[in-house]
Amino acid sequence: MSKINGAGEVNQSSLFAAWRAMVVRDLTLAMRRRADVLTTLFFFIIVVSLFPLGVSPEMAVLREIAPGVIWVAALLASMLSLGRLFSDDYQDGTLEQMLLLPQPLSVLVLAKVLAHWLVSGVPLVLLSPLLGMQLGLGGDAIMLMMLTLLLGTPVLSLIGSVGAALTLGVRGGGVLVSLLVLPLYIPVLIFGTGAVDAATSGMAFEGHLSLLGAFFVLAALLTPLATAAALRISVE
Amino acid sequence: MAFKNSIAWYYFSSPKNFYPLAGRLIPWFWGLSVILLVVGLYMSFFVAPTDYKQGESYRIIFIHVPAAWMSMLIYLVMAVYAIIGLAWKLRMAEMMASALAPTGAMFTFLALWTGAFWGKPTWGTYWVWDARLTSELILLFLYIGYISLQSAIDDPRRAARASALLAIVGVINLPVIYWSVKWWNTLHQGASVSPTMEPKMASVMVTAMLVMTFAFWMYTIAVVLMRVRRTVLERESQTSWVKALVGDRVENSSAGEKQ
Repeated sequence: MSKINGAGEVNQSSLFAAWRAMVVRDLTLAMRRRADVLTTLFFFIIVVSLFPLGVSPEMAVLREIAPGVIWVAALLASMLSLGRLFSDDYQDGTLEQMLLLPQPLSVLVLAKVLAHWLVSGVPLVLLSPLLGMQLGLGGDAIMLMMLTLLLGTPVLSLIGSVGAALTLGVRGGGVLVSLLVLPLYIPVLIFGTGAVDAATSGMAFEGHLSLLGAFFVLAALLTPLATAAALRISVE
Repeated sequence: MAFKNSIAWYYFSSPKNFYPLAGRLIPWFWGLSVILLVVGLYMSFFVAPTDYKQGESYRIIFIHVPAAWMSMLIYLVMAVYAIIGLAWKLRMAEMMASALAPTGAMFTFLALWTGAFWGKPTWGTYWVWDARLTSELILLFLYIGYISLQSAIDDPRRAARASALLAIVGVINLPVIYWSVKWWNTLHQGASVSPTMEPKMASVMVTAMLVMTFAFWMYTIAVVLMRVRRTVLERESQTSWVKALVGDRVENSSAGEKQ
């Protein structure tokens, strides 16, 4: 944080410097604790692998449910990783220092969410083709699925950040955050799976992608403000 | 008093002044609710004609539709109070928002429950993944999230503000969720099963439904005012006026026992 200008003056370069410093810091912290990232990733793989065992090993059945299964597993995995977003900073007092910075809190929140998505969302996207193949999806469908996850997982991280901020230091926070966040994930789930379903049944899927993009833009604009407000409420 | 020259609205935003006002209003709203309920139920069971297609079982809509309307209305009102509470830091508005949630959740559940009972004779199944049913279910999840967040936080001030923010996030998301679910439903199901009511409903049915809605509305106000009075006493228990009020009650009751 040494690049911030003195006397509370915030110009554009210091804003970007703080933003970048926050991203780099969070990524560094995550890289020092790789196990956390891997846990989420294996959770994603295990949940998807349970479906053939629980539903049916028939490829035709699996192919039909594959987009939904992978998307639901991605929702759960991304939700589970939300606990790490603010709680460490909350416990060691870093969060209070963040609130005192001259830079707008929402910008720093955006940096933290970006770092969180790079660590917990991108691996899911990269791993999804493997799981798609396991469930018998074809090449085109897999590519499309990756694309929807690429557009959709940042929205999950953004919406999730509001829930994570609201439940900071609350007892039973982990389960609680799922109650708060999962209902709000539903539109992303519908259009993420809808795109793949539409493509496999030979219909146009560009509309779904546009809507996912719209969700992303809206979430990127609005949720950092809500998360910043929630952090202030939680730390106050 | 600082409120002396202010308008009445501001005067009653203070818990101290709202408490007695709510106390005076509650019997009126209970009275209105009971009268409307009696009239509404009489109309729905004895005046409204039997449906030529669905028979008598359709009569459950006189509970079902008003409950569904109220469930949505209460969420909106709750979000408005949440915005007022956060923007002007009005404790009374915060308390009103949290007092509305349990009643809203109750109506949502009632709408789902009666919907299932109506669905069995009409569609032959208790549950259909229809757009309206699904979004009503999601509304129930939103209420439950709100209530759980509030009860998980010990500090009442933080609980009220955190859940207020959640209500605002929820109300912004509701239309998005509703349209997504609707779109999802048309893709997956087509119009094979639709809960849309006959467009040419007898006007007495509409009247009965409206009377029932107002009965539910009055009930909501009465119950919410009772709940908010209890919250006021809880949260203001350290203030002198609550101590004086409770002290009076204790003295009166002990005096009554002596006589």
